[in-house]
Amino acid sequence: MSKRTDILTVSDLRKHFSIGSALFGGRATVKAVDGVSFSMARGEVLGLVGETGSGKSTVARTILRLSQPTSGKIVFDGVDITALSRSALKPFRRKMQMVFQDPFSSLNPRMTVDDLLTAPLKIHGLALGRDERRKRIAALLELVGLSPRHAVRFPHEFSGGQRQRIGIARALAVQPDFLVADEPVSALDVSIQAQVLKLLLEIRERIGLSILFIAHDLAVVGYICDRVAVMYLGRIVEIAPTANFFRAPCHPYTEALFSAAPVADPKVKRNRIVLSGDIPSPLAPPSGCSFRTRCRYAKPECAVSAPPLREVSPGHFKACIRDDLSLQTWDGETTSS
Amino acid sequence: MKAIPAAAPTLVVDGVSVSFRRSGTLIHAVHDVSFFVRPGETLALVGESGSGKSVTNLAIMQLTPPAPRTLVKGRALLTCKDGVTRDLIAASGEQIRAIRGNEIAMIFQEPMTSLNPVLTIGDQIAEAIVLHRRVSKRQALRDAAELVSLVGIPDAAKRLSNYPHHLSGGMRQRVVIAMAISCQPRVVVADEPTTALDVTVQAQILELLKNLQRQTGMAIIFITHNLGVVAEVADRVMVMYGGRLVEEGDALPLFEKPLMPYTAALLNSVPRMDMAGRRDVVLDAIRGSVPDPSHLPPGCAFHPRCNFFVAGRCDATQPPLEEAREGRRVRCLRWREI
Repeated sequence: MSKRTDILTVSDLRKHFSIGSALFGGRATVKAVDGVSFSMARGEVLGLVGETGSGKSTVARTILRLSQPTSGKIVFDGVDITALSRSALKPFRRKMQMVFQDPFSSLNPRMTVDDLLTAPLKIHGLALGRDERRKRIAALLELVGLSPRHAVRFPHEFSGGQRQRIGIARALAVQPDFLVADEPVSALDVSIQAQVLKLLLEIRERIGLSILFIAHDLAVVGYICDRVAVMYLGRIVEIAPTANFFRAPCHPYTEALFSAAPVADPKVKRNRIVLSGDIPSPLAPPSGCSFRTRCRYAKPECAVSAPPLREVSPGHFKACIRDDLSLQTWDGETTSS
Repeated sequence: MKAIPAAAPTLVVDGVSVSFRRSGTLIHAVHDVSFFVRPGETLALVGESGSGKSVTNLAIMQLTPPAPRTLVKGRALLTCKDGVTRDLIAASGEQIRAIRGNEIAMIFQEPMTSLNPVLTIGDQIAEAIVLHRRVSKRQALRDAAELVSLVGIPDAAKRLSNYPHHLSGGMRQRVVIAMAISCQPRVVVADEPTTALDVTVQAQILELLKNLQRQTGMAIIFITHNLGVVAEVADRVMVMYGGRLVEEGDALPLFEKPLMPYTAALLNSVPRMDMAGRRDVVLDAIRGSVPDPSHLPPGCAFHPRCNFFVAGRCDATQPPLEEAREGRRVRCLRWREI
């Protein structure tokens, strides 16, 4: 899957947490990420969707090495960064930045916008002279649709949408190549979400940024992403180019997600596939395909072994053993996989 | 979409205004809001933060901070189970306590904070039953078990002795719903009941509410900012902006042809599934941000963000709420022209 133009290649990434104590009832292992492989091209926006507990944020944190992978390999910009030391990792830290979900808790309330944007420059030794820095910050604020005169203000003087713009400016301050955006619009008002989505797309056009976009809103993901990956209990179950993904979803879990996603059009009528129960506990995932306990197409064979990702059409992969299904897409149309 | 029963309204809200006193000044959070809900009907109340959608309903139930910190004007007439119509806003403390939870109940957004972490599920559901129906604790617990299985929680009898932290978010929200319907209220106010949940769980909860409504004929006031959820659940929709009702109508025509520019802009600013993978489609974002209730723009509160703004008109006069046609109200000076 790896090409020269790829900015990121993740192979068989695993992150297991052990919880509990050996004294009280013994330890258990949560396989938060359990064998995830994908790659991202330069300038690509890849969407990562899934329910709470599917491991999508853990994947992102592990790629950024904010959390140590249990096993697997992370190749960023041609270099294996899986085991790099803190100091060796630092130049890569500059190239990989993150935008957080909540613009209220991710900005230090006691720092002005100028301080917030200068901090990453200082950390990475890009502090420059005063005039140079001022110019850089003015340019950054303009890039995210704010005005240079905002630099002297504190976070509480801004609305949620503006704060998220500051969060984006902070991530872009050190000129990264790769951005992780973890639910960047979920905490924003509806009328503000569109502004931030458009901003991210504009910035990508202008500076050729690659974005790993984590979200649960499928329509948002469809709007902003080039490709979409669906995670369930620590594994990718389907990954496909966006248009293909929406036209012809191949995995029963994707079908269920589509049927549950509310569509802002009362005329769209679908067969609601209501998944019973919650996502199983990652402490005791089902054997074989982890989705089989909630899957309406499950067969006895599904319990045997975890299905690997297979290519079903160019660039479209799924982890499901059944090829005989006609699945419903978001608007109720059915497609055969 | 089910046919709307043309029954008499259960709840009639008439000219409700809410103001908060903050360091000597009055902040007008809600201005003269009137609406009604009929039995078995779902009315969606749509708006962004600061639009006054939650405050309106808190005021109706006397859940806003007491006077003199809050001033509530207007009437909220609820036809109770005994056939008597009572004004919730004028009710005494004792009267409103007998009505809340019994005749009108509420489901909140965050099920973890609306449940008491140190009481079992059973105790919490039984509390309301004992209070309003004057039955024994034992009977109340039996009813609670029935309610818990009615809202789709498996193994009901065992669950009653669980604490909230034993349950997942979706299960907790089911418990909150069980509490809300325990006394078969006429009206349930659901304030963003699915916002904190995953989409698959959200779908389960919406389905559950619909089924319960079909069984009990309760009216639901559904407060949300998610237009997708509105399209799924609403019979009628009310849109609020800057503390005022700006548009109201049946769900289908309102989604098809919004009359107020804010409603139209809101619908256009939401990414749609049919835009997926198409780089040629550009979202129409609404410029600017949601106004602060303490600094509302003069005239129409939406005018600084509106594409149809005309200087000297929209920023000078507060447009009246006009009846465009039967059941369709709109607040815009230019709705006939645009």
